[in-house]
Amino acid sequence: MKRHDGRKENEMREIKAEVGVVPNANGSAIFKFGDTVAIAAVYGPHPLHPQHLQDPRKGILRCNYDMTSFSVTERKRPGPSRRSQEISKVSEWSLLPVLKLEEFPNTVVDLHIVIIQANASTRCAGINAASLALAQAGVPMTGLVGAVSVGKLDRDIVVDVDKKEEDFDKGEGATDIAMAFTAEGEITLLQLDGKIQEDKMKEALEAGEKACMEIIEIQKKALKSIKK
Amino acid sequence: MTKKIVVPGEKITSDDKFLPGEGTMKQGKDIKALRFGLYEENGRLVKVIPLSGIFMPRRGNVVIGKVMDITFNGWIIDIDAPYQSFLPLSECPRYVNKRDLQDYLDIGDMVVAKISGVKSKGVDLSVLSRGLGKIESGITIRTNSNKVPRIIGKEGSMINLIKKETNTEITVGQNGIIWLKGDNIEDELFAKKAILFVSEKSFVEGLTEKVEEFLKKNKPKKISKK
Repeated sequence: MKRHDGRKENEMREIKAEVGVVPNANGSAIFKFGDTVAIAAVYGPHPLHPQHLQDPRKGILRCNYDMTSFSVTERKRPGPSRRSQEISKVSEWSLLPVLKLEEFPNTVVDLHIVIIQANASTRCAGINAASLALAQAGVPMTGLVGAVSVGKLDRDIVVDVDKKEEDFDKGEGATDIAMAFTAEGEITLLQLDGKIQEDKMKEALEAGEKACMEIIEIQKKALKSIKK
Repeated sequence: MTKKIVVPGEKITSDDKFLPGEGTMKQGKDIKALRFGLYEENGRLVKVIPLSGIFMPRRGNVVIGKVMDITFNGWIIDIDAPYQSFLPLSECPRYVNKRDLQDYLDIGDMVVAKISGVKSKGVDLSVLSRGLGKIESGITIRTNSNKVPRIIGKEGSMINLIKKETNTEITVGQNGIIWLKGDNIEDELFAKKAILFVSEKSFVEGLTEKVEEFLKKNKPKKISKK
């Protein structure tokens, strides 16, 4: 099958990653999947208030995902929504398995993910940026996390879907699976939107894992190239 | 010795003669980095020195903080750490009336203190040793606590150079807050410039020579005062 922008099935859009873009934050990063641009900023660990939210055994991660009102073609009403709350939560869960927050009891790490331009796969771009920002903030972690969306267009598995492919409606239609992997190949995020056959799911996971390993390599390069 | 930047999860070595130190973990046969930083071998121990992140208080650290609040038996001091720190009245070198705590340290005062203990709920401070206590004059600047080893240099080489060239007294808190005290404000501002230069260029090799050059080039001209 031919993709509308001429990409191969296992080819992602052009990826750009840069660390240290928000001077006020302890750690920050920008991550781009073509037109999809996410910025993540990490503050902390710092004391958590109100006190009843504190955990004396470990620090907690508080994630906030938001889309700017100009990030989509039709103005998005600013402020939290059902969708942004859900994505905040799944982003938090996808990153927690690699973080070692036991060293910072009673504290909180604040993670802000802002989408400044959206063309599908925003949660994946957000998680990739967040993984970089957390590493730069000096939070101990067992490894980086890479995230990618895998789509099924009619019967073909493609990696990193964009908005046009998300809205594909020929044949069996479009299925969109957001997934995140650690460097060890453990799945930390898996969200399915649509329908998919069992054997196709396996194929999708394999394609996703391969793409995530590529992303983790790009993340490593971005981290090593910062000077400061 | 080679210094290499490592990222979390990166394999450092699988040689079993090495032991995992700070910032590393053992996973099967491999030693992997837990943090983003510079990797260093120290005998058989490998460790990762973080390049960024917040200050984690340790017992024995000398820090500089700001008095945030006064309680009935001590002061609450902000030392830029994720935990609240407390300076009890009993850790004070001179007699202070319990009703007049603000006569010794008032809200907003800066203080040099030593960390006498770290507990799960907070940090305890002390001002009993020499060189500790309230800051009466001079300026304080904030830098990243991870840059402190570079600012001090090997056995204090860097800080002594800056002290000598700028004619100021410098106290470096482990939390990244630095106290500069000179005879006049020009000297203090010059020392501040030099320290910011060091913290910006903390990755450059042979930094001491570069700083020497910087200090010579930027030395303020003596303004004769009448």
